[in-house]
Amino acid sequence: MFSRKNLKLLTDPINKNNPITIQVLGICSALAVTVKLKPAFVMALSVVFVMAMSNVIISLLRKTIPNRIRIIVQLVVIAALVIIVDEILKAYVFDISKQLTVFVGLIITNCIIMGRLEAFALANKPWPSLLDGIGNAAGYGAILIIVAFFRELFGSGTIWNVQVIPDSFYELGYVNNGMFILPPMALIVVGVIIWVQRAKNPELQEEN
Amino acid sequence: MKFIRKQVDKIKPNFEKGGKLYFLHSFFDAVETFLFVPNKVTQKGAHIRDAVDMKRTMIIVVMAMIPAFLFGVYNTGYQHALATGAALDFWSMIGYGLIKILPIFIVVYVVGLGIEIIFAQIRKHEVNEGFFVSGFLIPLIMPVDVPLWMVAVATAFAVIFGKEVFGGSGMNILNPALTARAFLFFAYPAFMSGDKVWIGGMLKGEGIIDGFSGATPMAQAAEGSTQFVNGAGNALSNWDMFLGIMPGSIGETSTLAILLGAVLLIATGVGSLRIMISVLAGGALMGIILNLFAINPYMELPWWNHFIIGGFAFGMVFMATDPVTASQTAKGKIIYGVLIGMLAILFRVLNPAFPEGMMLAILLMNVFAPLIDYYVVQGNINKRMKRFKHAKA
Repeated sequence: MFSRKNLKLLTDPINKNNPITIQVLGICSALAVTVKLKPAFVMALSVVFVMAMSNVIISLLRKTIPNRIRIIVQLVVIAALVIIVDEILKAYVFDISKQLTVFVGLIITNCIIMGRLEAFALANKPWPSLLDGIGNAAGYGAILIIVAFFRELFGSGTIWNVQVIPDSFYELGYVNNGMFILPPMALIVVGVIIWVQRAKNPELQEEN
Repeated sequence: MKFIRKQVDKIKPNFEKGGKLYFLHSFFDAVETFLFVPNKVTQKGAHIRDAVDMKRTMIIVVMAMIPAFLFGVYNTGYQHALATGAALDFWSMIGYGLIKILPIFIVVYVVGLGIEIIFAQIRKHEVNEGFFVSGFLIPLIMPVDVPLWMVAVATAFAVIFGKEVFGGSGMNILNPALTARAFLFFAYPAFMSGDKVWIGGMLKGEGIIDGFSGATPMAQAAEGSTQFVNGAGNALSNWDMFLGIMPGSIGETSTLAILLGAVLLIATGVGSLRIMISVLAGGALMGIILNLFAINPYMELPWWNHFIIGGFAFGMVFMATDPVTASQTAKGKIIYGVLIGMLAILFRVLNPAFPEGMMLAILLMNVFAPLIDYYVVQGNINKRMKRFKHAKA
């Protein structure tokens, strides 16, 4: 059940095969929903749910899906799951769902999910597929949360909507950095994460 | 001098391979070559018998900026005296300017050189002179009242993300000084734009006389006036604006002082005349096109007026000509320059969100410069290939 090989499926995408920093997929939503920590966290959870469930469902169906229409089947499964997530968010955490706007719906087009279905779930059993889905979504979510942490801290001076930079700083002339609110800074933060990750793992550095 | 030489020789063994302080050797090298002419000579390969090295080039650019710097010091004091209604005493104006501007220089050099030295130690390469110019440029394109910690943050950002991530001096895609300014512009807009940041003490309202406006000619033009006034409401003649007696970033106001620098850059061959003329031509072209349509007062502003307001002249002479970030090919330089000039005026006049377009135009073209060069070189290869095939057939 939790053999070394299966565990590797879970932990590999979090660091050495991270969907965002190594495969450079799913960048657009990483730029869009990371202004604050809370929406980023909800987004990460939603992606974990959609990715794990769709991986399992496709894996169960893998022998019955005709090869020529597999993309359509995958899209139907993902879309159904995304709509469930969207409805739940609207029902229970309405203001966060408003902040996430169209990006919950756009989970359907998140390249990471399609990529995992194509590359993994179509050829593997349900249990490894579940682990792979959770692992990849967690790798995506971890980057989302790191980026959102720095953007919220420097851009708004808060963490999880709680002010952490004391008022005395502001009185001394400290000002929140408006650049962190803008999407380009998210790209730079992702770039820094890639920089740090490659500096720590020399095997990830490309030869040139 | 001999005394210093002796002291340097005395501590030198510590920094050589195997010495206690070897990890600081590139910093020591930098200091030593700064003080004395290096005695290392090239042993093999191509030799160039010329005194022009990177240090000489950089120092000439810094010297070219001295007139703009001196005028900036004077103008800072003058604008402050005008705003507070103080007597227009020359030496007290100079004094005020120095008090305001020197701390910015110190912060920029300490932070910038500090980061450069740290990176040089980690990556085990030489500390080089590139930052002397960037460090001189950054204060000249800041508003007088910018808080010093913001300058420090922006300098750190520019050096790390504008330069070091790409591999240090000579490898950067974007002009580091403009990167610093762009960072501040988007990060802290309240301190980088508006009517109050251009005159010393105005943001905090220290002793400013009632009704004094700190609006720059650029801001006035964006609001649709073509007769510019200074803070006290007196008309600014074109001559005043050419001399630079108007509010603006520290070193950018005086077109005359900048042109003096340009003469030095062109005479020594350090700055590219081709780029400067192309930028000017591009600006004139776009100005004339806008004049022809002229559906609002800003578009009616005579095209040559654009060259003496805002940062156009400064960007043209000191930023666009940066040899690292500009196009390298002769044809590419013309395309690069003309596009900078055209885009700068276009951003200025047609985009109300950005009062000054020069910074964004140059940064944008910095990004495209390698692409321009690529196509110029490919075009040349194709042309010669055709000729070659023709001759063969």
